[in-house]
Amino acid sequence: MSSRDRILAAVRGAQPAPVPHPGVEGLGARFPDPVAKFAEMVAAVGGACLRADDLASADRALRELPVHREARRIASLVPGVGAATFDPAVIDDPHGLDGLDLCVLPAELGVAENGAVWIDVRKLPHQALFVIPEHLAVVVRAASIVHDMHEAYARIDHGKGFQLFLSGPSKTADIEQALVIGAHGARSCTVLVVGGAG
Amino acid sequence: MASVETHAEAAARFVRDDARVHWHDQAVWFVRQKRDVASRAVPDWEALRERAEAIKAHTLSNLSAYLEEFERNATRLGAVVHWARDAEEHNQIVHGLLAEHGVRLLVKSKSMLTEECHLNPYLEARGIEVVDTDLGERIVQLDHKPPSHIVMPAIHMKREEIGELFHATLGTERGLTDPKALTERARRHLREKFMTARAGLTGVNFGIAETGGLVVVTNEGNADMGTSLPPLHVASMGIEKIVPRAADLGVFLRLLARSATGQPVSTYTSHFHGPRRGSALHVVVVDNGRSALLARTGFRRALACIRCGACLNTCPVYRRSGGYSYSWIIPGPIGSTLAPARDAGAHASLPFASSLCGSCSDVCPVRIDLHHQLLGWRREIVARGLLPPGKRAAMAFASWAFRGRRRYELLGRLGRWFLRTLPGLAGALGRGWTRERELPPAPRESFRDVYRRTRVQS
Repeated sequence: MSSRDRILAAVRGAQPAPVPHPGVEGLGARFPDPVAKFAEMVAAVGGACLRADDLASADRALRELPVHREARRIASLVPGVGAATFDPAVIDDPHGLDGLDLCVLPAELGVAENGAVWIDVRKLPHQALFVIPEHLAVVVRAASIVHDMHEAYARIDHGKGFQLFLSGPSKTADIEQALVIGAHGARSCTVLVVGGAG
Repeated sequence: MASVETHAEAAARFVRDDARVHWHDQAVWFVRQKRDVASRAVPDWEALRERAEAIKAHTLSNLSAYLEEFERNATRLGAVVHWARDAEEHNQIVHGLLAEHGVRLLVKSKSMLTEECHLNPYLEARGIEVVDTDLGERIVQLDHKPPSHIVMPAIHMKREEIGELFHATLGTERGLTDPKALTERARRHLREKFMTARAGLTGVNFGIAETGGLVVVTNEGNADMGTSLPPLHVASMGIEKIVPRAADLGVFLRLLARSATGQPVSTYTSHFHGPRRGSALHVVVVDNGRSALLARTGFRRALACIRCGACLNTCPVYRRSGGYSYSWIIPGPIGSTLAPARDAGAHASLPFASSLCGSCSDVCPVRIDLHHQLLGWRREIVARGLLPPGKRAAMAFASWAFRGRRRYELLGRLGRWFLRTLPGLAGALGRGWTRERELPPAPRESFRDVYRRTRVQS
C-alpha cells in the first residue's frame, strides 16, 4: 500500500461523523464610501493612495512622484501610465529583472476593508514583476473596489496560474517589533485609483 | 524520553534575568494589544470566528475526500502531489526532488512543518545549503537556534544581540543596532541568495480542494521571491491545511493577520494554481501524526489551528517564560496541546505550563478550546502514570487525606501547628512553591472550627 493510500485510509478511519459546511453568507463589512475606506486602508498598510479621473491624469500624477522621477529602469504593464524604459517581455530569465526601479501593474480589484489589490499575474510576462522591483505602482479602477474579502472572492476566477492579494509595500517587524518597510519586495507601493465609483 | 527538560526547569533559566522577562512580556503583549484593536474594528468578528470553527469542523469531518479532491485538481493544473506519512519520508521526498534538479542552494520561506520534520539538518547533512529567508527565521538560523515564536521567530532577541550577530556573520559595522539598517543588510544578503538559488521551498497556509490551489501568506515577500525566480517550487503542507472552497478563504484571511499581528491582511497573499511557466511545482502532503490526532475525539480540534500565534501572545506563561522553555517546536498553548499528542511522556510538563485562565481560547480565531484541551491532557498524563514521582506521591497523599473527614481534620490541625511552629522548615519542604511566593500566615482555627463556634453562638 502506498503512503498516499495509507494516509487516506488513516484519515478516513479517524475523521468524525460528517457535519455540514456552514456557508459563508451573511458575513462581511459594509462602508458608506468604500473607495474612501480603501484609500484610508492603503495608507494604513504603508502604501500611498492617489485618486485620478482617468489614466492620463494617473500618468501625470505618477510622473511627479520621486519613485518615478528618481527611477532609471521603469517597466509599465498599464499602457499610458508611467514612462517605461524597457519592455520586460523581451527578457527571458526573470533574474534579469533585478535592479528594476519601478514597475506599474494593473489590479483587477481593490478591497476596502484591508487596502489589498488583486493582481492577475497571468497577464504579466513574469511572475516576479510584483515582488522584485524596488518600487511598485498599481492602477485600479474605482468601480472595481469591493467592500470586503467575501465580495472579492465572489468575483475572483481562479483557473490556472498565479494571482495574489497585495496589501502595501513589503514589510517586516522581526527586529524588536520595529516596523521596517522594504524587507524583500517593494520599498513603496503607490495605488492609483482611477475614475469614479461605479 | 524522561530526560527531556520540563517547562519549569527550562523557564527557571529564562526568568533568572528579571529585566528580560519584563521586556519579553511587554514585547509580546504589545502584539496582543494590536490584535485587540484590529479585531474590535471588525463588527462581525465573533460571527467570523464561529464560521471559521464550523468550516474547520466540516473540513475535518470530510478530510479524506477533500484531500483527494485537492490532489485531483492540483494534478490537473500541472503540480505533482507527493504523500509523506512521517518526517523521514517528507525529508526524503524533498531531498530527492532537490537532488534530481541538481539543487545546491535552497531558499526557504517560513514553514513550521519543516521545523517539525527537522528538514534543514537533513538537507545540510547531504550537502545542500538551506537559507531561511524570513528575516526572523534567518536571524535565528544564523544564531543556530530554532524559532522562539511561530510568527515572530526572533522575538526573544534584543536589537543589540542581532547587531552583534550580524557583525559576526554578515560583516555589519560593530555596534550597528538600528532595525532599518540591519534589515537593509539582510535584504542585500538574502537578495544574493534569491538570485542564485535553484529551488524555493514554502509552507502552505491553505490548500484549496475545489481548485487545487495553494495559498501562502507573508509580509516580507520572501515566499514570492523564492518561488518566482528558480525553476523548482516545493511546497510542504500538513494534511490539516485543506479548505473546501476558495470562498472559505474570505473567512480565514479576515481572521488570520488581524489575530497574528493586528494587520487587516498580510502584505502578500499568494495563490498558486499550478506551476509557473517553465518551472515545476511539487506539493508534499504530510501526515506525521495528524491522522492519529484526528482520531482523538477530545483533542482533534487542535488540527483547526491556522498558526496565527495569538494564543502565544496572550498567554501569561508564554510571555514570561519565552519560547525556549517549551520542549516542542511550537510553544505556547497550541504547542502544549499538540506536543503531548505526539509523545505524552516527552512533553508531559507542557499541559501544566498554563494557568488555565482561558485567554488562549478567547483569542483563538478558530475557537479551539485550548484550555480545555490542556486540562484534558493533564487528566490523560495522570491516567497514564506520566506525572513525576514527587507530584504523583503528593497527589496520592492529598487524595487519601481528602477522602476521610476525621483524617482531614486531624491533618489540618497538624498542618496549621507545623506552619505556625516551624515556618522555615515548612517553606524548605515546599520549596517548589515557596521559591517565588511567601507562605501565608497559618490561621489558628480552621473554617470548620469557626463555623461550629459561630453557629453555637447564634
